[in-house]
Amino acid sequence: MLRRAWRKALALCQLSLANMLEYRAEIYLWVLASALPLILLGVWSRAAEGGAFPLTRVDFIRYFISVFLVRQFSFIWVIWEFEELVVSGNLSQMLLQPLNPIWRFLSSHLMERVVRLPLVAGVVALCFALYPEALWLPRAGDLLRAVGLLGLAFIARFFLQYMMSMLSFWSERAAAIEELWFVVHLFLSGLIAPLDVYPESVRRVTELTPFPYLIYHPVNLLLGRPVPFTRAALVLAGWGLGALVLQRLLWKRGLERYSAMGV
Amino acid sequence: MSVARYLRVLRIFWRTSLSSELEYRLNFLLATLSSLGHAAGNYFGLSLFYTGTGSLGGWPFHQALLVMGIFTTLSGLSRVLLTPNLARIVEHTRTGTLDFVLLKPIDSQFWLSTRRISPWGAPDVLFGLSMIGYAALRLELPLSQLAWAALPLAGSCVIQYSLWFMLASISIWYVKVHNVTEVLNGLLAAGRYPIDALPPGVYRFIFTFVVPVALLTTIPAQVALNQVRVSSLVLAGVFALGAFVGSRAFWKFALRSYTSASS
Repeated sequence: MLRRAWRKALALCQLSLANMLEYRAEIYLWVLASALPLILLGVWSRAAEGGAFPLTRVDFIRYFISVFLVRQFSFIWVIWEFEELVVSGNLSQMLLQPLNPIWRFLSSHLMERVVRLPLVAGVVALCFALYPEALWLPRAGDLLRAVGLLGLAFIARFFLQYMMSMLSFWSERAAAIEELWFVVHLFLSGLIAPLDVYPESVRRVTELTPFPYLIYHPVNLLLGRPVPFTRAALVLAGWGLGALVLQRLLWKRGLERYSAMGV
Repeated sequence: MSVARYLRVLRIFWRTSLSSELEYRLNFLLATLSSLGHAAGNYFGLSLFYTGTGSLGGWPFHQALLVMGIFTTLSGLSRVLLTPNLARIVEHTRTGTLDFVLLKPIDSQFWLSTRRISPWGAPDVLFGLSMIGYAALRLELPLSQLAWAALPLAGSCVIQYSLWFMLASISIWYVKVHNVTEVLNGLLAAGRYPIDALPPGVYRFIFTFVVPVALLTTIPAQVALNQVRVSSLVLAGVFALGAFVGSRAFWKFALRSYTSASS
């Protein structure tokens, strides 16, 4: 039983990897399109030259390189694919197969990370070539915990977006909801600036949302700064689980509505 | 064909595409919310640089806000006028229906760049103009000074359009060009800060000559602030003219490779 599941998973991953390798040019362009942290790296490192912030210039450089890195692993796009599948009616083919489509999406997301890796490594190396003074290596323990937190962040984010994808059964443009989510994510996750420079009141609000756990805390782990690891792990697991439960409900209701209408 | 006729055609294009976009009213609400979120977040993000003794490359807060207002307006304009057409151009070259466009007794570049309009970016334009207005009020800029800024701003629009249309022309060879425009959008994001906020060297070189965000947003702001050198104004003018002529030449060149592939 377990061996059969393992074989299935392996086959699925191989398929996804082959698929993603075919689209490597696009994936590389996506990596370049997510250069916002690198622009902010330039702006913040220059603004920090006067030493007006609680973080030093080198801290800012490391922070934004880490943000770039963390974002590459928690980047989810299932909602656009799912919306297209529902609107075009192509979801029907997947429903005929004895495999829940979520496994396909999950494996293609995972394999896409693998394809990204070389370019991401190249960009990070370029950053260090540009700022050799910022070169650092996280402690092994921190690195391990960061990888764990990143895995959880990926799963939580994936389930949250997959849950929102279910709205495609009701609306033709479900991806619009993701754009709204992204705005909040942009400003509350620590993507545009480390939360250390936020006013205390705003910072307390962000801690009530799942957003800092997706970017700010994993980044801090890489930087070797203190992080509420257990709380972060529990929060991410909680959001992921909640989203999964809601997704199962919406999936059932949605499939009843789904008419497999294609163009 | 006379200018009057082109204007009449333009009116018909925009009327028809507006009425079809207004089918999705709920999405318009979502787009407005997301624009509002972006505007508020960007304002907040900018203010973070000014906590303590910080500043952005020597620009006082309200001057930097002027740049951000120009950036927001420009990106809103491109969402209204440019992005809705891109998907169509790609679709036309992919399916071979570009034939019908080329056969029409109207300039093909004009048809392809103006056929569609989308109201989704209008809130961005509104919020961008509000930022400019608010900043101008706080800086007590005379109206005549602001009016002068309209000149380089028009140049910015031309540069942005030309860059975008050149990218769209690539679809003749490479249909997944959508991802390329995402890269352009990602890099243009640097335009929300004055160019002096970026560190000298690699950053400034890239964002002045490769992706000319300095021309797009900083120079119009400098004109409004009456601190521009004539040389940079001339540079902007030459660049705008060159970009436009270049986009036309590139389109003609791309068309030579068009083989009317059908699906």
